[in-house]
Amino acid sequence: MSELHHLTLAELSAGLQARRFSSVELTKHFLARIERLNPALNAFITVTGEQALVAAARADEAIAAGRATSLTGLPLAHKDIFCTDGVLTTCGSRMLSNFVAPYDATVVERLSQAGVIMLGKANMDEFAMGSSNETSWYGPVRNPWDPAKVPGGSSGGSAAAVAARLAPAATGTDTGGSIRQPAALTSLTGLKPTYGRVSRYGMVAFASSLDQAGTLTLSARDAAMLLGAMAGFDPRDSTSVDAPVPDYVGALEQPLAGLKIGLLKEFFEKGLDEDSARLVRDALSVCEKLGANLREVSLPNLPLSVPTYYVVAPAECSSNLSRFDGVRFGYRCENPLDLTDLYKRSRGEGFGAEVKRRIMTGTYVLSAGYYDAYYLQAQKVRRLITNDFARAFGEIDVLIGPTTPGPAFDIGAKVDDPITMYLNDIYTIGANLAGLPAISVPCGFVNRLPVGLQIIGPHFAEAKLLNVAHAYQRETDWHQRIPRGYE
Amino acid sequence: MSLTRHDVENIAHLARLALAESELPVYVDSLSKILNFVEQLNATDTASVQPMAHPLADQVQRMRPDEALDCDQHQKYQRNAQRTEAGLYLVPKVIE
Repeated sequence: MSELHHLTLAELSAGLQARRFSSVELTKHFLARIERLNPALNAFITVTGEQALVAAARADEAIAAGRATSLTGLPLAHKDIFCTDGVLTTCGSRMLSNFVAPYDATVVERLSQAGVIMLGKANMDEFAMGSSNETSWYGPVRNPWDPAKVPGGSSGGSAAAVAARLAPAATGTDTGGSIRQPAALTSLTGLKPTYGRVSRYGMVAFASSLDQAGTLTLSARDAAMLLGAMAGFDPRDSTSVDAPVPDYVGALEQPLAGLKIGLLKEFFEKGLDEDSARLVRDALSVCEKLGANLREVSLPNLPLSVPTYYVVAPAECSSNLSRFDGVRFGYRCENPLDLTDLYKRSRGEGFGAEVKRRIMTGTYVLSAGYYDAYYLQAQKVRRLITNDFARAFGEIDVLIGPTTPGPAFDIGAKVDDPITMYLNDIYTIGANLAGLPAISVPCGFVNRLPVGLQIIGPHFAEAKLLNVAHAYQRETDWHQRIPRGYE
Repeated sequence: MSLTRHDVENIAHLARLALAESELPVYVDSLSKILNFVEQLNATDTASVQPMAHPLADQVQRMRPDEALDCDQHQKYQRNAQRTEAGLYLVPKVIE
């Protein structure tokens, strides 16, 4: 038997059902790896070892009693943006460095009900604002493929934890690429579902019209297993969509013959690293060999995604983050002179530099006299971008392109230049603006650093995306590579 | 669009953010750059375009019946507050 941490969720699940190992053994194995390997990576903010072992023992009882689901007894890390009852929930911020969530997020609750074991809470960019995991109050996360490089962000801790096999899977959230970009930079499968597919209840809000929860896993099959449990209507989220959840695992083996793939013209123009472009084209020829038809598609408004996002997202952020006032929960400054001083200093000291930058950008674009010129105009361009996608999906089944402009960059390289940092998400933001599902799949390496292939589908086409990703993963082994030192 | 130091102080006040003296020039510079960057949106003709607030067409936010669901959990919630007394949140005196 290979080492437990080499196995996918699907393989671990089979092992648990066949009693080849217990959930307690499995959980101890990953907790030991976290203890030994996490200090160099900083992927976890909180490790919930004791609680995990109690849950694992309960899972073993369920398996013994024949009450197990396919997820019972499998360990997982939650991004520290999800509220976890009785457990520190920091969102990577000093503002919430003392916040013990009083309830579980729906995602946490559903996975826990399915028997999943929480190993701990993963590090992240502060309030999910960042593309490099350098804005966390708890310090940067390192990329297991090269400790001098960023793991991507904002779900950088989730990505590093799974890539280093400290957890077999992790949850993440994606507002502008925060699951797909780190998945690409660490050689993982990262799925952002359709807006409204997975409940946002108990997920600390950044930009409410864009935020969506998803997964970072070792395979498309594992993503399908988790999504089946996470997705579905939740009356506690007013934007949750009331639509049936299909059998994602059952749809994995559909043949790709006749699939119409759109090659996103705008994604292969300026800015894309040549070696990454070559790997994406290689992946496309694999799909062609499986019977898919390729054709170039143009989305003329897509290049406006990044400026549109950097009006819409900060506007929603400035509104959402106004709840952090130093009164009811979160950080409070010392010796406030009066109530205004309490608000201003608690927020000024509790938020980091990037979060303050986005709050102020948002405050400005929403303020009297500027609302029409910035915010309303961005909301209109957002519709044009969405219409471009809708037109494309009238002719093709899925769009394929790169996930990022290039592989992981050095820690510190872009931290002083927000525009350069924002442009990391140039290929991922479109799907968020249009509410579309998208997945990043490992498609090779440039100078020993991973590169991701992005597949975008129409609303609620998660099953198709997972099907295409799974078919590609049956033909390739990029997703099985393990970074040196973490074998 | 180039912001002045005064503009940034005003925005920070509206957002209720106390900024350190050393942070001001950094934000004058980076917020100006961000506004210049997003101004490219103005070159697009949107005269006949409806603004989009929800990413799913025809999807509206649901209303729910106005019924009390959770039982009183104020003690649990107030464990996260810095200062409380008799079930109330304490803040500096507001009215003299």
